[in-house]
Amino acid sequence: MKQIDAAMAGTVLSVLVKKGDEVKAGDQVAMLESMKMEIPVEAVEDGVVSDVKVDMGDFINEGDTLIVMD
Amino acid sequence: MPNILYDALKLNKKDERGDTLKKVLIANRGEIADRILRTCERLGIQTVVIYSEADKDLPYVNKATESVYIGAPPAQKSYMNHEAVLKAAKDAGADAIHPGYGFLSENAGFVNEVENRGLTFIGPDAKTIALMGDKVKARQTMSAAGVPVVPGSDGAVKNADDACVIAASIGYPVMLKASAGGGGIGMQRCSNEQQLVKAFASNQARAKAYFGSSEMFIEKAIDNGRHIEIQIFGDSKGNIVHLFERDCSVQRRNQKVIEESPSPFLSDKTRKAMTEAAVKAAEYVNYKNAGTIEFIVDENEQFYFLEMNTRLQVEHPVTEHQTGLDLVEWQIRVADGEALPLSQSDINYNGHSMEFRLYAEDPETYLPSPGPLSTFTYREMEGVRIDKGYSEGNSVTPFYDPMIAKIIVSDSNRARVIEKADAFFNTFKVEGIKTNIPLFQRLLESGEFKDGNYTTQILNKKKERLS
Repeated sequence: MKQIDAAMAGTVLSVLVKKGDEVKAGDQVAMLESMKMEIPVEAVEDGVVSDVKVDMGDFINEGDTLIVMD
Repeated sequence: MPNILYDALKLNKKDERGDTLKKVLIANRGEIADRILRTCERLGIQTVVIYSEADKDLPYVNKATESVYIGAPPAQKSYMNHEAVLKAAKDAGADAIHPGYGFLSENAGFVNEVENRGLTFIGPDAKTIALMGDKVKARQTMSAAGVPVVPGSDGAVKNADDACVIAASIGYPVMLKASAGGGGIGMQRCSNEQQLVKAFASNQARAKAYFGSSEMFIEKAIDNGRHIEIQIFGDSKGNIVHLFERDCSVQRRNQKVIEESPSPFLSDKTRKAMTEAAVKAAEYVNYKNAGTIEFIVDENEQFYFLEMNTRLQVEHPVTEHQTGLDLVEWQIRVADGEALPLSQSDINYNGHSMEFRLYAEDPETYLPSPGPLSTFTYREMEGVRIDKGYSEGNSVTPFYDPMIAKIIVSDSNRARVIEKADAFFNTFKVEGIKTNIPLFQRLLESGEFKDGNYTTQILNKKKERLS
Protein backbone atom coordinates (compact mmCIF):
# COMPACT_ATOMS: atom_id res chain seq x y z
CA MET A 1 0.00 0.00 0.00
CA LYS A 2 1.22 3.45 -0.93
CA GLN A 3 -0.04 6.75 0.39
CA ILE A 4 0.17 10.43 -0.40
CA ASP A 5 0.61 12.64 2.67
CA ALA A 6 0.29 16.39 3.13
CA ALA A 7 3.68 18.11 3.12
CA MET A 8 2.30 20.98 5.21
CA ALA A 9 -0.76 22.08 7.14
CA GLY A 10 -3.51 23.76 5.14
CA THR A 11 -6.93 23.43 3.58
CA VAL A 12 -7.95 21.03 0.80
CA LEU A 13 -8.98 23.17 -2.19
CA SER A 14 -9.76 20.26 -4.48
CA VAL A 15 -9.29 16.52 -4.89
CA LEU A 16 -8.67 15.56 -8.51
CA VAL A 17 -8.90 11.75 -8.27
CA LYS A 18 -11.45 9.21 -7.03
CA LYS A 19 -11.39 5.60 -5.92
CA GLY A 20 -10.39 3.31 -8.77
CA ASP A 21 -8.49 5.97 -10.76
CA GLU A 22 -5.14 5.03 -12.15
CA VAL A 23 -2.44 7.60 -11.46
CA LYS A 24 1.09 7.97 -12.77
CA ALA A 25 4.02 9.44 -10.89
CA GLY A 26 3.94 13.20 -11.37
CA ASP A 27 0.16 13.42 -11.84
CA GLN A 28 -1.48 16.12 -9.78
CA VAL A 29 -3.95 14.48 -7.39
CA ALA A 30 -5.06 17.36 -5.18
CA MET A 31 -4.65 21.07 -4.53
CA LEU A 32 -4.01 22.41 -1.05
CA GLU A 33 -4.04 25.98 0.15
CA SER A 34 -1.66 27.14 2.83
CA MET A 35 -0.81 30.75 3.73
CA LYS A 36 -2.79 32.08 0.77
CA MET A 37 -0.81 29.95 -1.67
CA GLU A 38 -2.02 27.08 -3.83
CA ILE A 39 0.12 23.98 -3.41
CA PRO A 40 -0.34 21.20 -5.99
CA VAL A 41 0.03 17.68 -4.60
CA GLU A 42 1.54 15.14 -6.98
CA ALA A 43 1.77 11.36 -6.92
CA VAL A 44 5.35 10.20 -6.44
CA GLU A 45 4.74 6.74 -7.90
CA ASP A 46 2.27 4.92 -10.18
CA GLY A 47 -0.75 3.20 -8.66
CA VAL A 48 -4.53 2.86 -8.37
CA VAL A 49 -6.46 4.99 -5.88
CA SER A 50 -8.03 2.74 -3.23
CA ASP A 51 -9.18 5.45 -0.80
CA VAL A 52 -9.54 9.23 -0.69
CA LYS A 53 -9.23 10.35 2.92
CA VAL A 54 -10.13 14.03 2.55
CA ASP A 55 -12.87 16.25 1.12
CA MET A 56 -12.78 19.71 -0.34
CA GLY A 57 -12.63 22.27 2.47
CA ASP A 58 -11.07 19.93 5.04
CA PHE A 59 -8.33 21.29 7.25
CA ILE A 60 -5.31 19.00 7.28
CA ASN A 61 -2.12 18.87 9.32
CA GLU A 62 1.38 18.15 8.07
CA GLY A 63 1.76 14.40 7.60
CA ASP A 64 -1.97 13.64 7.30
CA THR A 65 -2.76 11.04 4.67
CA LEU A 66 -4.69 12.44 1.71
CA ILE A 67 -4.89 9.48 -0.66
CA VAL A 68 -4.21 5.75 -0.37
CA MET A 69 -3.14 3.75 -3.42
CA ASP A 70 -2.67 0.06 -4.21
CA MET B 1 15.38 51.24 21.82
CA PRO B 2 15.98 54.58 20.06
CA ASN B 3 13.47 55.19 17.36
CA ILE B 4 13.91 57.89 14.73
CA LEU B 5 10.24 57.85 13.86
CA TYR B 6 8.73 58.33 17.26
CA ASP B 7 11.29 60.91 18.35
CA ALA B 8 10.37 63.04 15.38
CA LEU B 9 6.71 62.72 16.22
CA LYS B 10 6.83 64.33 19.60
CA LEU B 11 6.01 67.53 17.73
CA ASN B 12 2.44 66.39 17.34
CA LYS B 13 0.48 67.06 20.48
CA LYS B 14 -2.76 65.33 21.31
CA ASP B 15 -4.76 68.50 21.76
CA GLU B 16 -4.07 69.65 18.20
CA ARG B 17 -6.14 66.79 16.86
CA GLY B 18 -9.71 66.90 15.62
CA ASP B 19 -11.71 65.37 18.44
CA THR B 20 -14.31 63.24 16.72
CA LEU B 21 -12.34 60.01 16.76
CA LYS B 22 -11.97 58.70 20.29
CA LYS B 23 -12.17 54.95 19.79
CA VAL B 24 -10.90 53.03 16.76
CA LEU B 25 -11.58 49.41 15.86
CA ILE B 26 -8.66 47.83 14.00
CA ALA B 27 -10.10 45.36 11.50
CA ASN B 28 -6.90 43.40 11.03
CA ARG B 29 -4.38 41.14 12.76
CA GLY B 30 -0.67 40.55 13.40
CA GLU B 31 1.99 43.15 12.80
CA ILE B 32 -0.26 45.79 11.22
CA ALA B 33 -2.77 45.65 14.10
CA ASP B 34 0.19 46.13 16.43
CA ARG B 35 1.51 49.00 14.32
CA ILE B 36 -1.83 50.88 14.29
CA LEU B 37 -2.23 50.32 18.04
CA ARG B 38 1.04 52.11 18.74
CA THR B 39 -0.05 55.30 17.00
CA CYS B 40 -3.53 55.24 18.55
CA GLU B 41 -2.00 54.87 21.97
CA ARG B 42 0.33 57.82 21.39
CA LEU B 43 -2.59 59.95 20.22
CA GLY B 44 -4.70 59.00 23.25
CA ILE B 45 -7.24 57.11 21.15
CA GLN B 46 -8.86 53.99 22.65
CA THR B 47 -8.57 50.82 20.61
CA VAL B 48 -10.56 47.70 19.86
CA VAL B 49 -8.90 44.74 18.18
CA ILE B 50 -10.55 41.65 16.73
CA TYR B 51 -9.07 38.16 16.65
CA SER B 52 -9.92 34.77 15.24
CA GLU B 53 -9.58 31.48 17.08
CA ALA B 54 -6.18 30.97 15.41
CA ASP B 55 -4.82 34.31 16.65
CA LYS B 56 -5.95 34.36 20.27
CA ASP B 57 -2.39 34.07 21.61
CA LEU B 58 -0.78 36.71 19.36
CA PRO B 59 0.76 39.74 21.11
CA TYR B 60 -1.54 42.39 19.57
CA VAL B 61 -4.63 40.88 21.20
CA ASN B 62 -3.53 41.93 24.68
CA LYS B 63 -2.28 45.39 23.80
CA ALA B 64 -5.59 47.07 22.93
CA THR B 65 -8.11 48.73 25.24
CA GLU B 66 -10.53 45.94 24.29
CA SER B 67 -10.31 42.77 22.25
CA VAL B 68 -13.21 40.96 20.62
CA TYR B 69 -13.31 37.34 19.44
CA ILE B 70 -14.55 37.46 15.88
CA GLY B 71 -14.83 33.90 14.61
CA ALA B 72 -13.24 30.74 13.28
CA PRO B 73 -9.75 30.81 11.70
CA PRO B 74 -10.63 31.01 7.95
CA ALA B 75 -10.62 34.71 7.01
CA GLN B 76 -14.11 34.47 5.48
CA LYS B 77 -15.45 33.47 8.87
CA SER B 78 -13.57 36.11 10.84
CA TYR B 79 -11.61 39.07 9.44
CA MET B 80 -13.60 39.15 6.18
CA ASN B 81 -16.99 38.78 7.87
CA HIS B 82 -18.54 42.25 7.40
CA GLU B 83 -21.36 41.73 9.84
CA ALA B 84 -19.15 40.39 12.63
CA VAL B 85 -16.67 43.26 12.25
CA LEU B 86 -19.41 45.91 12.19
CA LYS B 87 -21.11 44.37 15.21
CA ALA B 88 -17.85 44.34 17.15
CA ALA B 89 -17.37 48.04 16.33
CA LYS B 90 -20.91 48.98 17.35
CA ASP B 91 -20.89 46.90 20.54
CA ALA B 92 -17.59 48.42 21.65
CA GLY B 93 -18.78 51.94 20.89
CA ALA B 94 -16.00 52.59 18.35
CA ASP B 95 -16.45 55.63 16.13
CA ALA B 96 -14.05 54.60 13.38
CA ILE B 97 -12.58 51.52 11.69
CA HIS B 98 -8.98 51.26 10.52
CA PRO B 99 -8.77 48.40 7.99
CA GLY B 100 -4.97 47.99 7.80
CA TYR B 101 -4.07 46.28 4.49
CA GLY B 102 -5.57 43.19 2.86
CA PHE B 103 -8.84 41.75 4.23
CA LEU B 104 -11.55 44.48 4.02
CA SER B 105 -9.23 47.41 3.30
CA GLU B 106 -10.16 47.73 -0.38
CA ASN B 107 -13.73 46.48 -0.20
CA ALA B 108 -16.02 49.29 -1.38
CA GLY B 109 -19.15 47.43 -0.21
CA PHE B 110 -17.76 47.24 3.31
CA VAL B 111 -16.86 50.95 3.31
CA ASN B 112 -20.47 51.78 2.41
CA GLU B 113 -21.74 49.60 5.26
CA VAL B 114 -19.34 51.29 7.70
CA GLU B 115 -20.59 54.72 6.67
CA ASN B 116 -24.25 53.66 6.66
CA ARG B 117 -23.87 52.80 10.33
CA GLY B 118 -22.53 56.21 11.15
CA LEU B 119 -18.92 55.11 11.57
CA THR B 120 -15.83 56.68 9.98
CA PHE B 121 -13.74 54.55 7.63
CA ILE B 122 -10.06 55.45 7.92
CA GLY B 123 -9.25 55.42 4.22
CA PRO B 124 -10.55 56.82 0.93
CA ASP B 125 -14.22 56.90 -0.02
CA ALA B 126 -16.04 53.85 -1.41
CA LYS B 127 -16.31 55.35 -4.90
CA THR B 128 -12.53 55.77 -5.28
CA ILE B 129 -11.86 52.29 -3.86
CA ALA B 130 -14.30 50.76 -6.36
CA LEU B 131 -12.83 52.71 -9.28
CA MET B 132 -9.21 51.74 -8.51
CA GLY B 133 -10.16 48.18 -7.55
CA ASP B 134 -11.35 47.63 -11.10
CA LYS B 135 -7.97 47.48 -12.85
CA VAL B 136 -9.49 48.01 -16.29
CA LYS B 137 -11.34 51.16 -15.19
CA ALA B 138 -8.26 52.33 -13.28
CA ARG B 139 -6.17 52.08 -16.48
CA GLN B 140 -8.78 54.04 -18.41
CA THR B 141 -9.02 56.69 -15.68
CA MET B 142 -5.26 57.16 -15.49
CA SER B 143 -5.03 57.41 -19.25
CA ALA B 144 -7.69 60.13 -19.16
CA ALA B 145 -5.71 61.91 -16.41
CA GLY B 146 -2.69 62.02 -18.71
CA VAL B 147 -0.67 59.42 -16.78
CA PRO B 148 1.15 56.90 -19.00
CA VAL B 149 -0.22 53.34 -18.77
CA VAL B 150 1.42 50.10 -19.94
CA PRO B 151 0.47 49.41 -23.59
CA GLY B 152 -2.33 46.86 -23.57
CA SER B 153 -6.01 46.18 -24.07
CA ASP B 154 -8.28 49.24 -23.91
CA GLY B 155 -10.87 47.43 -21.87
CA ALA B 156 -11.68 43.92 -20.70
CA VAL B 157 -10.79 41.03 -23.02
CA LYS B 158 -13.80 38.82 -23.77
CA ASN B 159 -12.21 35.53 -24.68
CA ALA B 160 -8.95 33.77 -25.58
CA ASP B 161 -9.37 34.55 -29.31
CA ASP B 162 -9.64 38.29 -28.64
CA ALA B 163 -6.72 38.01 -26.21
CA CYS B 164 -4.55 36.53 -29.00
CA VAL B 165 -5.47 39.30 -31.43
CA ILE B 166 -4.59 42.01 -28.90
CA ALA B 167 -1.39 40.25 -27.79
CA ALA B 168 -0.25 39.95 -31.41
CA SER B 169 -0.78 43.67 -31.92
CA ILE B 170 1.17 44.78 -28.83
CA GLY B 171 3.76 42.00 -29.15
CA TYR B 172 4.79 39.14 -26.82
CA PRO B 173 5.59 38.66 -23.98
CA VAL B 174 2.37 39.88 -22.37
CA MET B 175 0.95 39.86 -18.87
CA LEU B 176 -2.53 38.41 -18.53
CA LYS B 177 -4.21 39.94 -15.49
CA ALA B 178 -7.51 39.75 -13.62
CA SER B 179 -9.40 43.04 -13.55
CA ALA B 180 -10.33 42.52 -9.91
CA GLY B 181 -6.95 40.96 -9.06
CA GLY B 182 -4.34 41.78 -6.49
CA GLY B 183 -1.45 40.33 -4.54
CA GLY B 184 -0.07 38.62 -7.63
CA ILE B 185 -3.07 36.28 -7.88
CA GLY B 186 -4.70 35.83 -11.30
CA MET B 187 -1.63 37.23 -13.03
CA GLN B 188 0.49 35.37 -15.56
CA ARG B 189 3.27 36.16 -18.03
CA CYS B 190 2.75 34.59 -21.47
CA SER B 191 5.53 34.51 -24.03
CA ASN B 192 3.48 33.12 -26.93
CA GLU B 193 -0.02 32.44 -28.20
CA GLN B 194 -0.07 28.85 -26.98
CA GLN B 195 0.72 29.93 -23.40
CA LEU B 196 -1.83 32.70 -23.55
CA VAL B 197 -4.65 30.39 -24.65
CA LYS B 198 -3.77 27.94 -21.89
CA ALA B 199 -3.44 30.65 -19.22
CA PHE B 200 -6.65 32.39 -20.19
CA ALA B 201 -9.03 29.65 -19.05
CA SER B 202 -7.19 28.77 -15.84
CA ASN B 203 -6.63 32.39 -14.77
CA GLN B 204 -10.21 33.27 -15.52
CA ALA B 205 -11.40 30.45 -13.26
CA ARG B 206 -8.98 31.46 -10.53
CA ALA B 207 -10.02 35.13 -10.74
CA LYS B 208 -13.67 34.11 -10.50
CA ALA B 209 -12.96 31.98 -7.42
CA TYR B 210 -10.79 34.54 -5.62
CA PHE B 211 -12.29 37.86 -6.61
CA GLY B 212 -15.81 37.00 -7.81
CA SER B 213 -15.10 38.42 -11.26
CA SER B 214 -13.60 36.64 -14.25
CA GLU B 215 -12.88 39.82 -16.23
CA MET B 216 -9.36 39.72 -17.73
CA PHE B 217 -7.12 42.25 -19.46
CA ILE B 218 -3.71 42.25 -21.15
CA GLU B 219 -0.62 44.41 -20.77
CA LYS B 220 2.74 44.25 -22.48
CA ALA B 221 5.21 42.47 -20.15
CA ILE B 222 8.12 44.72 -19.22
CA ASP B 223 10.67 42.06 -18.35
CA ASN B 224 13.64 44.06 -17.21
CA GLY B 225 11.56 46.57 -15.33
CA ARG B 226 11.67 48.05 -11.90
CA HIS B 227 8.61 48.23 -9.74
CA ILE B 228 8.64 51.71 -8.23
CA GLU B 229 5.73 53.26 -6.38
CA ILE B 230 4.91 56.73 -5.12
CA GLN B 231 3.24 57.32 -1.75
CA ILE B 232 0.60 60.00 -1.93
CA PHE B 233 -1.74 61.54 0.62
CA GLY B 234 -4.89 63.62 0.22
CA ASP B 235 -7.29 65.34 2.60
CA SER B 236 -10.95 66.36 2.41
CA LYS B 237 -9.96 69.95 1.64
CA GLY B 238 -8.49 69.07 -1.73
CA ASN B 239 -4.80 69.07 -0.74
CA ILE B 240 -2.59 66.36 -2.25
CA VAL B 241 1.08 65.70 -1.49
CA HIS B 242 3.52 62.93 -2.38
CA LEU B 243 5.96 61.31 0.06
CA PHE B 244 8.48 60.18 -2.57
CA GLU B 245 9.12 56.67 -3.89
CA ARG B 246 9.74 53.11 -2.78
CA ASP B 247 11.55 50.69 -5.06
CA CYS B 248 9.86 47.30 -4.68
CA SER B 249 11.63 45.36 -7.42
CA VAL B 250 12.77 42.43 -5.25
CA GLN B 251 9.79 40.09 -5.68
CA ARG B 252 8.95 36.43 -5.76
CA ARG B 253 5.69 35.18 -7.34
CA ASN B 254 4.83 38.84 -8.11
CA GLN B 255 4.88 39.61 -4.37
CA LYS B 256 7.30 42.00 -2.71
CA VAL B 257 10.17 40.79 -0.53
CA ILE B 258 12.39 43.88 -0.07
CA GLU B 259 11.47 47.55 -0.54
CA GLU B 260 13.81 50.50 -0.37
CA SER B 261 13.93 54.25 -0.71
CA PRO B 262 15.40 56.13 -2.44
CA SER B 263 15.40 53.85 -5.48
CA PRO B 264 19.03 53.07 -6.41
CA PHE B 265 18.05 53.29 -10.07
CA LEU B 266 16.01 56.45 -10.63
CA SER B 267 17.55 59.69 -11.85
CA ASP B 268 16.38 62.89 -10.15
CA LYS B 269 14.69 63.88 -13.38
CA THR B 270 12.59 60.70 -13.55
CA ARG B 271 11.85 60.82 -9.81
CA LYS B 272 10.45 64.31 -10.30
CA ALA B 273 8.38 63.26 -13.32
CA MET B 274 6.98 60.24 -11.46
CA THR B 275 6.03 62.15 -8.33
CA GLU B 276 4.35 64.78 -10.49
CA ALA B 277 2.43 62.09 -12.40
CA ALA B 278 1.34 60.49 -9.11
CA VAL B 279 0.05 63.77 -7.72
CA LYS B 280 -1.75 64.44 -11.00
CA ALA B 281 -3.36 60.99 -10.82
CA ALA B 282 -4.46 61.53 -7.22
CA GLU B 283 -5.87 64.97 -8.03
CA TYR B 284 -7.82 63.58 -10.96
CA VAL B 285 -9.74 61.19 -8.68
CA ASN B 286 -9.96 63.72 -5.82
CA TYR B 287 -8.08 61.29 -3.60
CA LYS B 288 -8.40 61.32 0.19
CA ASN B 289 -6.20 59.58 2.77
CA ALA B 290 -3.16 57.35 2.08
CA GLY B 291 -2.67 55.86 -1.37
CA THR B 292 0.08 54.41 -3.49
CA ILE B 293 0.53 54.67 -7.23
CA GLU B 294 2.52 51.72 -8.57
CA PHE B 295 4.57 52.15 -11.72
CA ILE B 296 6.72 49.84 -13.79
CA VAL B 297 9.86 51.57 -15.03
CA ASP B 298 11.74 50.18 -18.03
CA GLU B 299 15.50 50.20 -18.72
CA ASN B 300 15.23 53.63 -20.32
CA GLU B 301 13.43 55.10 -17.32
CA GLN B 302 10.11 55.23 -19.17
CA PHE B 303 7.45 54.72 -16.51
CA TYR B 304 3.92 53.37 -16.79
CA PHE B 305 1.01 53.22 -14.33
CA LEU B 306 0.35 49.69 -13.05
CA GLU B 307 -2.24 50.15 -10.34
CA MET B 308 -3.28 52.23 -7.38
CA ASN B 309 -3.52 50.78 -3.88
CA THR B 310 -6.17 52.62 -1.93
CA ARG B 311 -4.87 51.84 1.56
CA LEU B 312 -1.81 51.87 3.79
CA GLN B 313 0.89 49.70 2.19
CA VAL B 314 2.76 46.93 3.97
CA GLU B 315 5.97 48.83 3.18
CA HIS B 316 4.84 52.21 4.56
CA PRO B 317 7.58 52.17 7.28
CA VAL B 318 10.22 52.80 4.59
CA THR B 319 8.55 56.14 3.87
CA GLU B 320 8.13 56.87 7.57
CA HIS B 321 11.86 56.60 8.09
CA GLN B 322 12.69 58.63 4.99
CA THR B 323 10.36 61.47 5.97
CA GLY B 324 10.23 61.19 9.78
CA LEU B 325 6.42 61.10 9.60
CA ASP B 326 3.88 58.68 11.07
CA LEU B 327 1.60 57.67 8.19
CA VAL B 328 -1.00 56.07 10.45
CA GLU B 329 -1.27 59.35 12.36
CA TRP B 330 -1.83 61.20 9.07
CA GLN B 331 -4.52 58.68 8.12
CA ILE B 332 -6.36 59.24 11.40
CA ARG B 333 -6.08 63.04 11.21
CA VAL B 334 -7.33 63.18 7.63
CA ALA B 335 -10.20 60.78 8.42
CA ASP B 336 -11.08 63.06 11.32
CA GLY B 337 -11.54 65.96 8.92
CA GLU B 338 -8.22 67.72 9.50
CA ALA B 339 -6.07 69.17 6.73
CA LEU B 340 -2.79 67.41 5.88
CA PRO B 341 -0.26 68.31 8.60
CA LEU B 342 2.39 69.47 6.10
CA SER B 343 2.52 71.01 2.65
CA GLN B 344 4.77 69.59 -0.06
CA SER B 345 7.63 72.03 0.50
CA ASP B 346 7.79 71.08 4.22
CA ILE B 347 8.24 67.36 3.55
CA ASN B 348 11.86 66.28 3.82
CA TYR B 349 13.49 63.12 2.66
CA ASN B 350 16.74 61.90 4.22
CA GLY B 351 19.13 58.96 4.28
CA HIS B 352 18.24 55.47 3.10
CA SER B 353 15.76 52.85 4.33
CA MET B 354 15.11 49.25 3.43
CA GLU B 355 12.34 46.90 4.53
CA PHE B 356 12.73 43.12 4.60
CA ARG B 357 9.58 41.01 4.75
CA LEU B 358 10.25 38.02 6.95
CA TYR B 359 8.21 35.16 5.52
CA ALA B 360 7.52 31.75 7.04
CA GLU B 361 8.66 29.91 3.93
CA ASP B 362 11.38 27.83 2.37
CA PRO B 363 14.09 30.26 1.15
CA GLU B 364 14.74 28.18 -2.00
CA THR B 365 11.31 26.99 -3.15
CA TYR B 366 9.24 29.78 -1.49
CA LEU B 367 6.79 27.12 -0.29
CA PRO B 368 4.95 28.02 2.94
CA SER B 369 6.29 26.77 6.25
CA PRO B 370 3.66 27.08 8.99
CA GLY B 371 4.52 25.82 12.46
CA PRO B 372 5.57 26.79 15.98
CA LEU B 373 8.04 29.63 16.52
CA SER B 374 10.09 27.77 19.09
CA THR B 375 12.95 30.28 18.85
CA PHE B 376 12.57 33.89 17.74
CA THR B 377 15.43 36.06 18.97
CA TYR B 378 17.56 38.90 17.64
CA ARG B 379 19.84 41.60 18.93
CA GLU B 380 18.28 45.06 18.93
CA MET B 381 20.30 47.61 17.02
CA GLU B 382 19.98 51.34 16.53
CA GLY B 383 18.32 52.12 13.22
CA VAL B 384 16.66 48.70 13.00
CA ARG B 385 12.89 48.74 13.49
CA ILE B 386 11.00 45.49 13.83
CA ASP B 387 7.26 45.43 13.23
CA LYS B 388 6.24 41.92 14.21
CA GLY B 389 3.03 40.01 14.58
CA TYR B 390 4.39 37.08 16.55
CA SER B 391 6.58 36.36 19.58
CA GLU B 392 8.58 33.31 20.54
CA GLY B 393 6.19 30.51 21.50
CA ASN B 394 3.42 31.58 19.08
CA SER B 395 2.39 29.36 16.18
CA VAL B 396 2.36 30.55 12.59
CA THR B 397 -0.86 29.02 11.26
CA PRO B 398 -1.66 28.22 7.61
CA PHE B 399 -4.77 30.46 7.52
CA TYR B 400 -3.21 33.81 6.64
CA ASP B 401 -0.33 35.22 4.63
CA PRO B 402 3.19 34.04 5.52
CA MET B 403 4.59 37.39 6.70
CA ILE B 404 5.60 37.19 10.35
CA ALA B 405 7.58 40.42 10.71
CA LYS B 406 9.06 43.35 8.84
CA ILE B 407 12.58 44.53 9.50
CA ILE B 408 13.20 48.15 8.56
CA VAL B 409 16.82 49.25 8.46
CA SER B 410 17.76 52.92 8.15
CA ASP B 411 21.02 54.81 7.94
CA SER B 412 22.61 57.76 6.19
CA ASN B 413 23.30 55.90 2.93
CA ARG B 414 22.58 52.64 1.10
CA ALA B 415 25.96 50.97 1.70
CA ARG B 416 25.60 51.47 5.45
CA VAL B 417 22.05 50.11 5.40
CA ILE B 418 23.27 46.95 3.65
CA GLU B 419 26.11 46.53 6.13
CA LYS B 420 23.80 47.05 9.10
CA ALA B 421 21.13 44.69 7.73
CA ASP B 422 23.74 41.99 7.17
CA ALA B 423 25.00 42.38 10.75
CA PHE B 424 21.44 42.30 12.09
CA PHE B 425 20.43 39.12 10.23
CA ASN B 426 23.51 37.38 11.59
CA THR B 427 22.01 37.81 15.09
CA PHE B 428 18.54 36.65 14.08
CA LYS B 429 17.63 33.12 15.16
CA VAL B 430 14.34 31.51 14.19
CA GLU B 431 13.62 27.84 14.88
CA GLY B 432 10.53 25.70 14.41
CA ILE B 433 9.74 27.01 10.94
CA LYS B 434 11.73 27.86 7.82
CA THR B 435 12.18 31.54 6.97
CA ASN B 436 13.64 33.57 4.13
CA ILE B 437 16.51 34.94 6.27
CA PRO B 438 19.06 32.90 4.21
CA LEU B 439 17.66 34.58 1.08
CA PHE B 440 18.22 38.04 2.61
CA GLN B 441 21.78 37.06 3.53
CA ARG B 442 22.51 35.83 0.00
CA LEU B 443 21.08 39.01 -1.51
CA LEU B 444 22.92 41.34 0.86
CA GLU B 445 26.16 39.72 -0.21
CA SER B 446 25.44 39.62 -3.94
CA GLY B 447 27.08 42.18 -6.20
CA GLU B 448 23.89 42.76 -8.14
CA PHE B 449 21.97 43.84 -5.07
CA LYS B 450 24.87 45.74 -3.53
CA ASP B 451 25.30 47.73 -6.74
CA GLY B 452 21.58 48.48 -6.79
CA ASN B 453 21.53 47.25 -10.33
CA TYR B 454 18.61 44.85 -10.16
CA THR B 455 15.17 44.43 -11.73
CA THR B 456 12.01 42.49 -10.84
CA GLN B 457 13.81 39.43 -12.28
CA ILE B 458 16.49 39.34 -9.55
CA LEU B 459 15.02 36.42 -7.60
CA ASN B 460 14.07 34.44 -10.71
CA LYS B 461 17.64 34.77 -11.95
CA LYS B 462 19.00 33.73 -8.56
CA LYS B 463 16.83 30.62 -8.66
CA GLU B 464 18.07 29.64 -12.12
CA ARG B 465 21.65 30.00 -10.98
CA LEU B 466 21.01 27.77 -7.98
CA SER B 467 19.31 24.99 -9.93
